[in-house]
Amino acid sequence: MTPRNLALFAAVALLFLITGVFQSWNLALSILNMAIVSAIMAMGVNIQWGYAGLFNVGIMGFAALGGLAVVLTSSQPVDGAWRAGGPGIVLGLLLGVATIGLAVALYRRMPKGLPRTAAILAVLVGGFFLYRAVFDPAVVAVEANNPEAFGNIGGFGLPALIAWPMGGLLAAAAAWAIGKTALGLRSDYLAIATLGIAEIVIAVMKNEDWLARGVKNITQLPRPWPVPQEVDLQKSQPFLDWAGRWGFDPVLTSSIIVKLAYAGLFLTVLLIVVWLSERALQSPWGRTMRAIRDNEVSAEAMGKYVTGRHLQVFILGSAVVGIAGAMMTTLDGQLTPGSYSPLRYTFLIWMMVIVGGSGNNWGAVLGGFLIYWLWIMVEPMGLWLIGAVTAGMTDGSWLKTHLQDGAAHMRLVTMGVILLLVLRFSPRGLIPEK
Amino acid sequence: MDLLNALVAFTNFVFVPAVAYGAQLAIGALGVTLIYGILRFSNFAHGDTMAFGTMVTILFTWWFQSVGISFGPLPTALLALPVAIVLTALFVLGTDRVVYRFYRRQRAATSILVIVSLGVTFIMNGITRFIIGTEEQNFADGERFVISAAAFRAATGLAEGLAIKSTQAITLATAVIVVAALFWFLNRTRTGKSMRAFSDNEDLALLSGINPERVVAVTWIITAALATIAGVLYGLDKSFKPFTYFQLLLPIFAAAVVGGLGSPVGAIAGGFVIAFSEVMVTYAWKKVLGYLLPESLAPEALVQLLTTDYKFAVSFTILIAVLLFKPTGLFRGKSV
Repeated sequence: MTPRNLALFAAVALLFLITGVFQSWNLALSILNMAIVSAIMAMGVNIQWGYAGLFNVGIMGFAALGGLAVVLTSSQPVDGAWRAGGPGIVLGLLLGVATIGLAVALYRRMPKGLPRTAAILAVLVGGFFLYRAVFDPAVVAVEANNPEAFGNIGGFGLPALIAWPMGGLLAAAAAWAIGKTALGLRSDYLAIATLGIAEIVIAVMKNEDWLARGVKNITQLPRPWPVPQEVDLQKSQPFLDWAGRWGFDPVLTSSIIVKLAYAGLFLTVLLIVVWLSERALQSPWGRTMRAIRDNEVSAEAMGKYVTGRHLQVFILGSAVVGIAGAMMTTLDGQLTPGSYSPLRYTFLIWMMVIVGGSGNNWGAVLGGFLIYWLWIMVEPMGLWLIGAVTAGMTDGSWLKTHLQDGAAHMRLVTMGVILLLVLRFSPRGLIPEK
Repeated sequence: MDLLNALVAFTNFVFVPAVAYGAQLAIGALGVTLIYGILRFSNFAHGDTMAFGTMVTILFTWWFQSVGISFGPLPTALLALPVAIVLTALFVLGTDRVVYRFYRRQRAATSILVIVSLGVTFIMNGITRFIIGTEEQNFADGERFVISAAAFRAATGLAEGLAIKSTQAITLATAVIVVAALFWFLNRTRTGKSMRAFSDNEDLALLSGINPERVVAVTWIITAALATIAGVLYGLDKSFKPFTYFQLLLPIFAAAVVGGLGSPVGAIAGGFVIAFSEVMVTYAWKKVLGYLLPESLAPEALVQLLTTDYKFAVSFTILIAVLLFKPTGLFRGKSV
């Protein structure tokens, strides 16, 4: 940490303090919590892009998978759902995996030619219909189970803290499957492939109601261990006494305490991830990664296993994003597949890495805090600016209303301009790689 | 009779929509493939260029409608299209001047250019949303059908109707004209030949005295025109919504890659491959099979391989399969 970097962190901290003092501490803390989550996602992107030069624009998908893991792990079991179709669904999914596995095995074992193509096609088509035959009735049965309130398979009711690593595991499993097929493609092909994967993940989560109720959303997910419920706090006598002694408003204070508890938890995770990443970056493994990134051919000539390392780093980075995605869903207390958009969950995270400094973990963290703060605060600033511009116009005029309605979209433009300016004038970011 | 009915149902629900959609994808993919051939990066801002061009077209359509200009049975949007192409081309040339030229001079890595195009995406997306909002817009006017289902049934006496929307006919006609013009330009004119030379071997082209800035500028203008046309045709046929256009990026890229990035013929073929696969996989075949199979075998379920919500999965699967087994695409890519 050089004095310059410390000053940069202090400047960003000042932004949050200003928000707290001039607007409200409640707002400042909710921005902070999401900023920490975003910073962890940015670390995931940094591991893939900064360490290894892998161009993954499917961040949204991995974050959403993390959220899905929270629902499957920590929501309460649904009465009768498993009995209705649980085994059928599991069997169906296993059949699907077995079909693909068999097709891959045939492709590898059989000699090239017409028989192989025919065999693979037969396996794929037959497997598909077998899978649908087992899977579809089970899904219908699960979705018919108390559809107003549930209609989903339900979770295991485990503590939320266990759901976070599960989010990482689910994202890592998906990353393994994607990496096995798409890594080794040229950089912009990988980008297109991951962009597609993310859209498919969101489409699955929106449409497979048995999984997490689709667009009907899952709400009231449990909170992680030390974070209390606001209502419980407001009912507890020691808390009321304490707040009364200091003259705090109990309702506001309880919400601030909850946010502080989240912030403490999230900061712990952030610091663990930063510490592990720093250790990894400075280990022989990290040096290998950078060597591969800077010159794949010569690294391979030195006997480094490029494809294997790429797969490793792709899985690790995606797992970090998955953990952050799980944390975000826990923080929201609900999973809303409709709210995932690539601009917000993929490209904004990428911006954090580029602006902060790709290849530098602290840079990614700084970028996460700064860009998320800007993302939230540009909107009121734009409204204020438009307000100033339109102050002279008559109220209710067509242009004035239009400008005021559109002000919210200005944040996309602002973000684009910031990204282009940083790429142009400071391409290595605020905290460049050492 | 049943065979004819099955054929008509197939034409009505699969063939005609897929041809129109394929033509729209093909024109979109031509733009992506040209940028890739000449500027050598995947332009993520292409979907938003389409949205921007369509937005300008819609604004002018509204203006024409308000002053009472119409195009008879054809949609007014076709009159607004040339104006929109000019404005979009100016905008895109502006982004090249302000943004891309710097990196071109630096000979920056492909992935940097892709990230830069993401920045441009943000800006264009924001501008489009700022001006026209995020809601869905329908701007097709004029005659709705070339052949309506009822008229077809009355004329042929078949149980199944065949409807051809005028937007579908316009899409196909426009696509034929655009593609013919583009190929004439690339193969017969001096500028077009210099573009192909530049794409084949940049250094050799420079040595032969081809002005790279001119080639790049012409490429951007053509791309802007193609993007606007593709966007307007898609919007006329379905509807305009900024976010949908961003999502079109996936099938368009898939089409360009399937055909072979950098190959215009490939882009067209790819567009139709993607469109037909998407429509055929997401179509419920119950009706067609009901006519073809004897009564006892007629299916009760919808016989739909995937629901329409998973259409992205179709383009994606084809994309991955091509990348794994034939990375240069059907028509060996990398040359205009």
